[in-house]
Amino acid sequence: MTQKMLIDRTACTGHGLCADLLPELIELDEWGYPIIIDTVPSGLTAHARRAVTACPALALRLARAPRQYEHR
Amino acid sequence: MTYHHDGSPRAHGAGTGRLTSSWQASGAPATLREHTACYGPLPQATGRARRELIDQVAAAGLTGRGGAGFPTATKMRAVASGRGRPVIVANGMESEPASEKDQALLARSPHLVLDGISLAADAIGATEAHLCLARTRDWLIDTVAAATAERHRAGLDRVAVTVHAMPHHYVSSEETALVRWLNGGEAKPANTPPRPFERGVGKRPTLVDNVETLAHVALIGRYGGAWFRRAGRAGATGTMLATVTGAVCRPGVYEVEAGTRTGDVLSMAGLDGGSEAVLIGGYFGTWHNLPTVADLPLSAGGLRQVGSSPGAGVLVALPAGACGLAGAAKVLRYLASESAQQCGPCKFGLPAIADDLTQLAAGRPDGDPLARLHRRLPVLVGRGACRHPDGAVRMAASALASFAADAQSHAQGRPCAARQPVAAQSGFAVGDWR
Amino acid sequence: MVSQAASTAARSAMHAAGHAGSSHMASLLAAGAASPSPLWYATRATGAVALLLLTATVALGVAGIARVDSPALPRVVRSALHRNVSLLAVAFVCVHVVTTVLDPFTSISFVNAVVPFTSSYRPLWLGLGAIAFDLLIAVVVTSLLRSRLPYRAWHAVHWLAYACWPIALWHGLGTGTDSKVPWLLLLDALCVLAVAGAVVWRLRLAGNGGIRLAGMIATSAFVLATVVFVAVGPLQHGWAKRAGTPGAAQVARERLTPGASREVRHDISP
Repeated sequence: MTQKMLIDRTACTGHGLCADLLPELIELDEWGYPIIIDTVPSGLTAHARRAVTACPALALRLARAPRQYEHR
Repeated sequence: MTYHHDGSPRAHGAGTGRLTSSWQASGAPATLREHTACYGPLPQATGRARRELIDQVAAAGLTGRGGAGFPTATKMRAVASGRGRPVIVANGMESEPASEKDQALLARSPHLVLDGISLAADAIGATEAHLCLARTRDWLIDTVAAATAERHRAGLDRVAVTVHAMPHHYVSSEETALVRWLNGGEAKPANTPPRPFERGVGKRPTLVDNVETLAHVALIGRYGGAWFRRAGRAGATGTMLATVTGAVCRPGVYEVEAGTRTGDVLSMAGLDGGSEAVLIGGYFGTWHNLPTVADLPLSAGGLRQVGSSPGAGVLVALPAGACGLAGAAKVLRYLASESAQQCGPCKFGLPAIADDLTQLAAGRPDGDPLARLHRRLPVLVGRGACRHPDGAVRMAASALASFAADAQSHAQGRPCAARQPVAAQSGFAVGDWR
Repeated sequence: MVSQAASTAARSAMHAAGHAGSSHMASLLAAGAASPSPLWYATRATGAVALLLLTATVALGVAGIARVDSPALPRVVRSALHRNVSLLAVAFVCVHVVTTVLDPFTSISFVNAVVPFTSSYRPLWLGLGAIAFDLLIAVVVTSLLRSRLPYRAWHAVHWLAYACWPIALWHGLGTGTDSKVPWLLLLDALCVLAVAGAVVWRLRLAGNGGIRLAGMIATSAFVLATVVFVAVGPLQHGWAKRAGTPGAAQVARERLTPGASREVRHDISP
């Protein structure tokens, strides 16, 4: 099932581990902050979870239902 | 910017007089008696009649006058049906430097706004009411405080309004920033979800509305939604306050029918003949060459086709012969300096593009600032906790589009001989956020 | 033959002593043991390794904050190493505690290992070990549960690591049998340099000049204090007594410590 990758932009401090673990969906901009494709295909769920756990600032979250979300 | 002796900004009662009916030439605020004489007493509805106000507001087609243009009745219904006892917050911060309408409204007709708060509070069942003002405007705070005192003596409102003097930063007037500050935090935008209408002040559903929107609610509560619709053109309903500044002879606040031809609004303020371009919506708005927009209605629907919106009803006319890119660069530098610095893309990206645009406008490019801008602008959209970077990007992109020829010549190292066209205020003093 | 008899007698007496809980008895008897208890060596060894692992943990953690990026050590690898090395450190510290408690040489109980300053053996220096152990457990447990905790709470507790490491170091220097040994002193010095270096590197990033200065001063003060302490404490003759080693254990220790005679005296009798 598809999930959404949500990010707390105020918590993110640009560590960049997420991009290392999920390069299919996360890319870093020139200042080290993630550009995220928020729809996580089912095949990448495990990797997405790993990326969420790895974030030192706990800025990432996986959500199941497509709730009202606003940011990439 | 000139001020009247009492410190309130210039305002003109010209145009359709609804909100501006009680605006006095002297600029003094209308007392409760004068207000009641002009509009009639505050409707004291009870029970179901209170909630019918929301239906009237829906019938009126009233949309938010703070810049977002969200349908007011929809928001009111969402808050009224939320979990917990609702709270109402009136946003009188007006941190947009090119806008003066909220200050003018509060300075001259504070009771219209306070009526609106009262009626809306009753309609949604709010047990708490707040009015947020910028703490740098003592004169306004005094006026509003005096008005609330008058109403308290008259026993007018079911819920007393608490007036707050908040830190005055550009992003502090964002609705989540207001809520965060009222909850004891800093006046910086917060992450959404949840939006204030779901969970705001004290984790309760909170209705955050611009003071002008609430003033319209006050009149809809008296005269009904159908009456509201009698004004308005090109599909838009009611009247709106517009702040027209820049290359005009009579800068100030005008009340016009929503959907009035943009060129007509500029003419009302005495647009300079040689002016060629205009910034619509505010510092986060869009630049347009006059021929593109002059015939379009000043409304969300009317301006959508050119990727614009009236925002908080702001129009800034570019002086004749002035360089639009230089003006845009100055605005962008201001916006970059007003970042809350919470999110990386805004904190680092805005200063970077401000620098690029400044280099371009100065005609002294270091490398290829135009290419850098085209690369960076799309990357900064939608990656902050609030819409501040989005607004800055939209403003910059519109300048590059509308002044494309200038951009090309600047990029080739040919500056234009222009003085500063837009009186962009420097960032407000480095005050704290609490 | 004599030594065999002595060790058998010693062993059964140790049993009795264990039940009686008398430290003097135990240490006197242990002094008659045929060879140094392997538990004691294990304590010393695991202690040293734990210090190394803790040093590596702190260095890796600080490197993370200092955003030290290198192709040789990708961020996720460094992050995982920090986590795994810390867990390994906990494992070694636990073994260190167990061998200490079981060691008949001194009667340090498990309570002494977690409640500071309650032991009769070098109460201050052992107590520091207890504190360091408590802090380490707090940091590790909150980290294992970090997805369930508010970020701020986790972060606040994690900062205790900056207290845990120096306390563990001083515990080692004060309690450690081997504090005089040159290569171990060198190891200690390298650990101090590694952590001090990492902290100074990280302070570079501090936006606030005041914090940077305070941090530099604190770090330098700590390094200096450690050097001074080692010079006037463990390196001096008679440190064991000053540190609070109970009499008999001290006598035995002097006999069994490297540098002293390796011959066990068989003529000590209860």
